[in-house]
Amino acid sequence: MNLLNLLDKMCPETNTPEENDIFFSRRDAFRKFGDMSKKVAMAAVPLGILSALPKVAKADTASLIGVLNFALTLEHLEYRYYQMGIESGVIAGADAAIFNKIRDHEKAHVKFLTEVITNVLKGTAVAEPKFDFTAGGNFSPFTDYPTFLALSQAFEDTGVRAYKGQAGNVMENDVVLTAALSIHSVEARHASMVRRLRTKKGQDTVKGWITDGSRGTLPAPTQAIYTGEENVTHGGVNVVNLTGISAAAVSEGWDEPLNKEQVLGIASLFLA
Amino acid sequence: MKNELIKPQGLIQNANRRQFLRTGSLSVAAAGLIMVGCKDIVDMDPMPTGGVKLGSGDIGILNYAYALEQLEAAFYAAVITGGYFANASAEEKTILGDVEKHERAHREFFKAALGSAAIAGLEVDFSSINFGDRMSVLNAAKTFEDLGVAAYNGAGQHLESVDYLLIAGKIVSVEARHAAAIRDLLNPGSADFAGDDLIDANGLERTLNFSQVLTAASTYVKTPIDFSQLPS
Repeated sequence: MNLLNLLDKMCPETNTPEENDIFFSRRDAFRKFGDMSKKVAMAAVPLGILSALPKVAKADTASLIGVLNFALTLEHLEYRYYQMGIESGVIAGADAAIFNKIRDHEKAHVKFLTEVITNVLKGTAVAEPKFDFTAGGNFSPFTDYPTFLALSQAFEDTGVRAYKGQAGNVMENDVVLTAALSIHSVEARHASMVRRLRTKKGQDTVKGWITDGSRGTLPAPTQAIYTGEENVTHGGVNVVNLTGISAAAVSEGWDEPLNKEQVLGIASLFLA
Repeated sequence: MKNELIKPQGLIQNANRRQFLRTGSLSVAAAGLIMVGCKDIVDMDPMPTGGVKLGSGDIGILNYAYALEQLEAAFYAAVITGGYFANASAEEKTILGDVEKHERAHREFFKAALGSAAIAGLEVDFSSINFGDRMSVLNAAKTFEDLGVAAYNGAGQHLESVDYLLIAGKIVSVEARHAAAIRDLLNPGSADFAGDDLIDANGLERTLNFSQVLTAASTYVKTPIDFSQLPS
């Protein structure tokens, strides 16, 4: 996805034909600019132009800024964790490609969310908090590789649930919703990879997907990340009763959301 | 079950949105501009003979998801009865066996949720896939999973109901988990599980619109799918 495509997908939230015309002519003008200078258009510029469009932001801007700052806090945590892990040398050489890629994505998410909050929504992006990845001296992720992998899984599975829980809060803004969904699936890919890596190394028996509400061999304080994942009823339909497929398999087929308070409760373990 | 899923509030919002877009599209047409990606209020031709018509609004989008889940479920049903699977490694049997159950559960869920609004079963065409060959099966699985993720990510913005959006969100992350696992089977230990072919410099995954997805899927589906009432 790129932001030019996002512009195409936006619809004007206007009351008059005149405002609609302004919307489409500005978008058209921007697209022409983008065609002339694709490289530039992929950087910060498209974000700036969004704010020039009339009444594009359908939801309350303050609310959007709040949601995105919440997401940014989590991305800060993830980026710092992987950056410190890479710098520490704890990561096995054979797994470097995986964690360099994950780190790059988290870094890009920090930059992207900061730009959207600052340049599009004209808000103030939260500063990076001080983290304590030992959680008060309980973990040693930067000297013990299995611990590094365990916390990585915890952060990625939390990230998936966190973005999912916020989708409804940004759904009135198509651009923000689509961006959030496009980060959400990347976090899910990370989660799947790290979970399987741990099992391949004999540290757990978890699969790429979450079975029931199980945290596997993760430490007890991480249980809140998995509680609720055992749900098998969606939209009023109990899928086990419907299909006869086991509850374990059905629970794997749907990931569950967490709300902001639940996520911050988990993240607070790692705030200094 | 369908009634449990529909919120009156969502229907009212939908009506309002359609009303202003009716005005909007006239104005845009007069200005000679193309309205890309916005809600289309024009009723299209009746469904083609022997085909299915997805319908409009959230129901149309749920039928779109149902069509994709039908395709995936049919694919994995063929995989687990094929020659490659019979001799696959324990890890690959576990992954593909799990994914088969997940996709079957997704398909049956959408069928039940849509009730009488559900499209008919699609006739698939997997003649291009060799189910006795590991690479053929895993590459096809990669195509289907990546396509599913991009489809859900692209469709989310068009849903009016927050309940449907959440359900789609619950499923899309599992499709992404599948996609990453399949990609890692094909290229173990690499960065392909979340490759640069799908994820841009902002760390955002590819989205595809209805037309792009159904065009890609059409290689594997015999039944004509009329999606003309979905946003273009």
